[in-house]
Amino acid sequence: MNFQHTEDRRMLADSLNRYLLENNSIERRHASAEGIFGYSKTLYAGLGELGAIGALFPEDAGGFGGTGFDVSVVFECLGRNLAVEPLLGALVVGQALVAAGTEAQRAHLEVIMAGSTVAALAHDEPGSHYEPSHVATTAQRSATGWVLNGTKAVVPVGDSADLLLVSARTSGSTQDDDGISLFLVPGTAVGLSKRGNGRIDGGRTAELTLAHVAVGADALLGTEGQGLAVLERISGYALLALASESLGAMDVAKDQTLEYLRTRKQFGVPIGSFQALQHRMADLLLEVEQARSAVINAAAAVDETDRITREKALSAAKYSVGRIGTLVAEESIQMHGGIGMTWELPLSHYAKRLVMIDHQFGDEDHHLARFIALGHAVDVDMAEA
Amino acid sequence: MDLQFTPQELAFRDDVRAFLHNKLPARIAHKVKAGQRLSKADQEEWHAILNAQGWLANHWPKAHGGPGWGAVEKFIFDTECALAGGPRIVPFGVNMLGPVLIKYGNEQQKAYWLPRILSGEDWWCQGYSEPGAGSDLASVKTTAVRVTDETGDHYIVNGQKTWTTQGQHANMIFCLVRTDREAKAQSGISFLLVDMNSPGVELRPIRTLDGDHEVNEVFFTDVKVPAENLVGEENKGWTYAKFLLTYERTGIAGVGFCVAALAKLKVIAARVLKNGQPLAQDPLFAARMARVEIDLENMKTTNLRVIAAVAGGGVPGAESSMLKIRGTEIRQEILSLIRRAMGPNAIPFVEAAQYEGYAEPPLGEPEAATAAANYFNYRKLSIFGGSNEIQKNIISKMILGL
Repeated sequence: MNFQHTEDRRMLADSLNRYLLENNSIERRHASAEGIFGYSKTLYAGLGELGAIGALFPEDAGGFGGTGFDVSVVFECLGRNLAVEPLLGALVVGQALVAAGTEAQRAHLEVIMAGSTVAALAHDEPGSHYEPSHVATTAQRSATGWVLNGTKAVVPVGDSADLLLVSARTSGSTQDDDGISLFLVPGTAVGLSKRGNGRIDGGRTAELTLAHVAVGADALLGTEGQGLAVLERISGYALLALASESLGAMDVAKDQTLEYLRTRKQFGVPIGSFQALQHRMADLLLEVEQARSAVINAAAAVDETDRITREKALSAAKYSVGRIGTLVAEESIQMHGGIGMTWELPLSHYAKRLVMIDHQFGDEDHHLARFIALGHAVDVDMAEA
Repeated sequence: MDLQFTPQELAFRDDVRAFLHNKLPARIAHKVKAGQRLSKADQEEWHAILNAQGWLANHWPKAHGGPGWGAVEKFIFDTECALAGGPRIVPFGVNMLGPVLIKYGNEQQKAYWLPRILSGEDWWCQGYSEPGAGSDLASVKTTAVRVTDETGDHYIVNGQKTWTTQGQHANMIFCLVRTDREAKAQSGISFLLVDMNSPGVELRPIRTLDGDHEVNEVFFTDVKVPAENLVGEENKGWTYAKFLLTYERTGIAGVGFCVAALAKLKVIAARVLKNGQPLAQDPLFAARMARVEIDLENMKTTNLRVIAAVAGGGVPGAESSMLKIRGTEIRQEILSLIRRAMGPNAIPFVEAAQYEGYAEPPLGEPEAATAAANYFNYRKLSIFGGSNEIQKNIISKMILGL
């Protein structure tokens, strides 16, 4: 039993934190988030150069990490520094290539890891509400490959991503588990229209409409109709990444709130001397430590081969950070009082990110329900055995 | 990062399991799992079995009869015991007085009292709380005045202690007493060992809300205590009492008890039907169960993190306050869900069913007889040992620096 990161991972975390501290001041971060891409191309390339993206992938894919704890360390640093750069897209699309890509498709990995190609997952649709099998977008065979039609909602950096991983139905109806296929689609594809938006927590998303988007036969990633298993696998990485990012952001929000309690005076004394606030802060600390444990459990579980064990730990972690991240955000704002409501205070942006993480890849309720359903699956297996 | 136990630790766990399988009396384990009340004889029997194995005082140094375990071994032992239905080791002599004597007692006291704790010859109870001093221990008013007469040096003790757990079984009580009335709060308190059979000691039972007799009031009227029963120095008792509050509390979360209780809850929820379906399939009940299960999974890791830090040479200070708060909250929530699962059958209360040998058919589920009484009894968890609010004060001061 050992809860220390290896020296390699500690060094990676140190260099990432230092790099972001120097290059992602809150002013620069806001400028990136509000810029045309919703992130900084320079910073993203810099992160690629530092190895932050390569650390997300195993050696046989050209990376130098790829375990749960590698992913966790990187995203915790991003959370601490409120980075808006699109590493989540790199992680999920890259892991899909690792899991199901042909030799030729895996060639994308090199440019993804270098930070020169920006990848995004285009899976959610209007009305899917976190349900992974909800895919109404269709892909039909053509003489030369496939033709895609449909709408994809809230695609991160969807208006500027170079490479999209699009889920589309090749058989069955909208809610079926079978019949979902995955396609690699260039961001410049003809027939792809993009309605870009800013995000409330900084950065950009887009709604993508695919109207007769033609792609080659080599665009199909993995087995036709069996995309849901790949989606679950890569969503698992996303859950771990988001939980880790949330933990990093929670730590900062908690530290900033604690500092405020120590320095802000009312009635002639620091407000941290009031027991009402002390106990709330103690609760917050306890919850953040529980979130840290949840992230450790998820990082250890993501490489687990038993599906139920792995997915239960991942849903448990996402549920935990969903609940605790929102609590930290709300309590931090409340304990800051009026100043916590201002755009000027960095804390308010951490709070927004913490809450919006709960809206990505399934919220607290979604993952609690999923945790329960996975548990029932075990009970049924045991009853049948 | 490595969340696994080492092969040696796993081998140790196997040893503990084998020991429990062979030595824990099935009769006692059944009572524990059924939530029935244990007699003094049950507890003495279990202590004697553990002592014969050398595992009773399992955090004492080897020189005093401990097995030389580290925090990980203790965690494994506690967890396995709880899962097997082993009774909690009565903490007062073994866990509370023992460590104080080992650290602050003189050679004579150690040589005399420690073996008697192990053998069960003495049953200790704790004389800390007073009617006016619950969580605020420093305000103790019970006095001890030193006198010398023809029979030697003595203290004359006057005052009252309360919430004395299992005092009705005890022949000895360790007390915080005020030896200097002029001194302020914490100074002027001494740590004194008192024979419960001395003239002037009177014990009155307190009946708790579950109808049980577990705690007592103890009155002292001109009780004569030999001066040699003073532990450490006069007026330094607060230091010794505080030492106890920080001493080795990595097991305070009671992970094993929580895991055992959750397993019991799951069995019940799979059996009890509501609208023809197991309660486990009821969305609201399933959500309550899942929430506490996830919280427990997280706490297990939090507990292991604290243990790993201790094994690496760290001191578990205020971290044990976090373990205490969340561990007791989780256990109380599980007991609450077991009570809920009984439905209306939680209402009938049959006192005799709280004890071994009750043979009438159960009213509703077999667990219904004890579910509500246990739930009410275990409200104590967040009150004793420094209430959860006191633990938050400690976190606030020691970790947050507020």
